[in-house]
Amino acid sequence: MRIVIIDDSGLRATVLEEGLREAGYDDIHIVPPRGAFVARLERMAPDVVLMDLGSPSRDTLEEMLTVSRALARPIAMFVDQSDEAMIGAAIDAGVSAYVVDGLRKERVKPVLELAVRRFNAFSRMQTELEEARTALADRKVIDRAKSILMNQRALSEQDAYALLRSTAMNQGKKIAEVAQALITASDLLGGV
Amino acid sequence: MTTNLRIAFLPLNDVAVLAAARERGFAEEEGLALDLVRTTSWATLRDRLVYGQVQAAHMLAPLAVAVTLGLSQQPAALAAPFKLGVNGNMLVMAKDFAAALAPDPAARLADPLGTAHDFAAAIGLWRRKPIIGVVHRFSSHALMLRYWLASAGIDPDRDVVLRVLPPSLTVEAIHAGEIDGFIAGEPWGSAAIESGRAEAVAIGQRIWQRGVEKVLAFREPWLEENPETTDRLLRALARAAVWCDEPDNREALADILADPRYVGQPSDLILRTLSGTIVPRAGDAAVSCPDFVLFSREATPFPWRSQALWIYSQLVRWNMVEPSAETEARAAAVFRPDVYRRALAGSDLPMPGASMKLEGAVGAPLGVGSRKGDLLLGPDRFFDGRVFDPERIEDYLAGFAR
Repeated sequence: MRIVIIDDSGLRATVLEEGLREAGYDDIHIVPPRGAFVARLERMAPDVVLMDLGSPSRDTLEEMLTVSRALARPIAMFVDQSDEAMIGAAIDAGVSAYVVDGLRKERVKPVLELAVRRFNAFSRMQTELEEARTALADRKVIDRAKSILMNQRALSEQDAYALLRSTAMNQGKKIAEVAQALITASDLLGGV
Repeated sequence: MTTNLRIAFLPLNDVAVLAAARERGFAEEEGLALDLVRTTSWATLRDRLVYGQVQAAHMLAPLAVAVTLGLSQQPAALAAPFKLGVNGNMLVMAKDFAAALAPDPAARLADPLGTAHDFAAAIGLWRRKPIIGVVHRFSSHALMLRYWLASAGIDPDRDVVLRVLPPSLTVEAIHAGEIDGFIAGEPWGSAAIESGRAEAVAIGQRIWQRGVEKVLAFREPWLEENPETTDRLLRALARAAVWCDEPDNREALADILADPRYVGQPSDLILRTLSGTIVPRAGDAAVSCPDFVLFSREATPFPWRSQALWIYSQLVRWNMVEPSAETEARAAAVFRPDVYRRALAGSDLPMPGASMKLEGAVGAPLGVGSRKGDLLLGPDRFFDGRVFDPERIEDYLAGFAR
């Protein structure tokens, strides 16, 4: 079974491809939705096309499926129209799938389920990455605020942090927010 | 108690009424909390609606008809009781293609018939079959472009390539030379002009003076099961539409739409066509076009069944659907003037007495039968002067070479 993944994000496509390979699928191609991707896809004659639901190129792909002779009469969205839970899970995960007409449902279903799991895993990864980035940025801000306090008020690092923390608690704010306010004020006053 | 409603939309100026309903409190006044879901393709918007992830959607009117007729993936009966706007599209072509047309872009816009013939001549001079971007096979844009091209003897399926691409990628595609022009809703035409690569060649409003555009589409069963919520939403939208049409509110509206949660383009670019002006070529003087887009006046939101039937006639014309009395009836039933009347019976908006009318028959503003208030219909001519009689579709289609 030939599976084509249409995706902008190299990382997400890789995550999906790895999963499919582990599950024993080996005829997998990744096509970014740019330029003449529709012509490339037509030449590949895939059995299943997987695509990010959020991709703006879905209309282009569907138009090709409508007029294409190479893919004959495809294409039902999702494997089983009556399986509402499956459809909901796919939309939630952001997966859209196109399947060549005549391909048996039981052959496609595991592919779609796998794609849903991998897309979900990918978005969890993204969220965690985002959180890690925020944490790192917060730490930099707090470090800078601490050094301002240490210089201006001759505090130890520990005391500078304690002061930031108690101010944040008193004001019902995050430490990073207090630190940012301090940096801004210090910049305005021409401080360090 | 507040009712939550999820409504999907695409980033275009004509999401204005939905955005204003949410941001200016019209929805809240009706006890509604609108969750507007930004979507990047019509396919995804359609799927979200058809599979019940949203209760309603800002949809291309022809797509609502096509989904109901089973022409676009999973068939589903959709219902459109409210139009979110009339007009608002622009055809732009790459500068070097436009060089073969009348040199003054303002003159091109004013003479769509002459420009269509110039366009036909320009096709032969171009280095390849011109590739024109359209946003969807089942879009008002594609139907109007086909209508306009065909008037000059151009076969849109043979003489040009119509390539589907999302509005937000059109400007990039024209830069890369992947397309030679495109027709789309604003602000994308203005953005391409502003980038210096493209010029205005035609505008929707000069092709059909009151062209059907986006509708608010529901799944029909949901609409039938939730009449009270539907009515509240329609009342909120009707008031939001009045607010959007008020010239004094245009700047505030452009600011709302400029937000990345909606269109995410510069406010002044959005304001340009919202306030009825077009800059047809970068650096040129603005051209006034006060009817470029309408939201409320002339009972714009009223879903005339004759307009659903005009869409059906064009789907038949371009061999996208087999004509039959049954299909015709199903297409007409997508537009729901009965629901509009029920929801807005208590409002002070003018209410058309009929549900169908001749399309393209009004040459000068015309007062028509209305249950209350004065309803003035603006000129709604097609540029070729044809009149669409919804009761004589076969005769209408026989009048076209194709």
